[in-house]
Amino acid sequence: MAKIIVVTSGKGGVGKTTTSASFASGLALRGFKTAVIDFDVGLRNLDLIMGCERRVVYDFVNVIQGEATLRQALIKDKNSDNLFILPASQTRDKDALSKEGVQKVLEELAADGFDYIVCDSPAGIETGAFLALYFADEAVVVTNPEVSSVRDSDRIIGILDAKSKKAEEGGQVKTHLLVTRYSPKRVDSGEMLSLDDVQHLLRISLIGVVPESEVVLQASNAGAPAIHSAGTDVSEAYKDVVARFLGEEKPLRFIEAPKQPFWKRLFGG
Amino acid sequence: MSILSYFFGEKKKSASVARERLQIILAHERAGRDAPDYLPQLQRELIEVISKYVAINPDDIKVQLDKKDDFEVLEVNIVLPEHARR
Repeated sequence: MAKIIVVTSGKGGVGKTTTSASFASGLALRGFKTAVIDFDVGLRNLDLIMGCERRVVYDFVNVIQGEATLRQALIKDKNSDNLFILPASQTRDKDALSKEGVQKVLEELAADGFDYIVCDSPAGIETGAFLALYFADEAVVVTNPEVSSVRDSDRIIGILDAKSKKAEEGGQVKTHLLVTRYSPKRVDSGEMLSLDDVQHLLRISLIGVVPESEVVLQASNAGAPAIHSAGTDVSEAYKDVVARFLGEEKPLRFIEAPKQPFWKRLFGG
Repeated sequence: MSILSYFFGEKKKSASVARERLQIILAHERAGRDAPDYLPQLQRELIEVISKYVAINPDDIKVQLDKKDDFEVLEVNIVLPEHARR
């Protein structure tokens, strides 16, 4: 039985696509047959982050409208044999996605033997974002330690709790908090919300912390998900997220600032 | 924060301001979100009934549900215009 995971946030630019790409790649690295779907119809970007933009022939909307088969539209990842990308269309018609159409594609992927289906949600709370989360079993809520991101995450958590298919059936989507762009140094100096603050405000369980890092931009420049940037803190942080998702115990890392010399602590730095 | 600034005192850090602002706005928005879905319908029907007798503006009726510990208070606030009788 395929498990459906939505990567969502409400606010744009917090790291949904970066996370979808690395999380899906991480699951594939662990040997699971994984699909990652771009729900951002009209503004597709997952293909760029995954580095497969020149191989897009058919897209999600083509499949839904019967213009292509799922098999024709799925793009095999260049790093993993068991990872497939379903790109969004560039059509501006935001009503191109329908509940029935999305359900059909998800069912077909499940029947095809996929273990995990990662849904990369667009920003906002419109149709695309709603359909990305509607069928989810679990949700990764990507949040920056910043007021507007925390507020928008809270709204998305509310929608997951009230409007998802799970919620309609009397169940609950399992929600995980992923804090990204975290800067321990700025937390120490009192100019950034701490991990504790964000957790207490949003009241969902933490699956990981990704530190602010130039690696993310370098990875997107190159079109290789950041989890493949071996030896970097971002890559390690995402591997930890995947491990925790799979039920392994991993202590949090990259949440402490490097110790400053005594004179800096005395006079401030 | 440096040790010296601790001794000499310093103005409130921006992160704690952010935390306090979020605590207030999230509590407020959650209260609205958790409201039962019959409230808008109730409000519409109240407007219909009252409009039979008094000419009022739909905006003049506020229906709100407050939670206090163990009980809930349904508050209906109707502002009648001056010379309301038809």
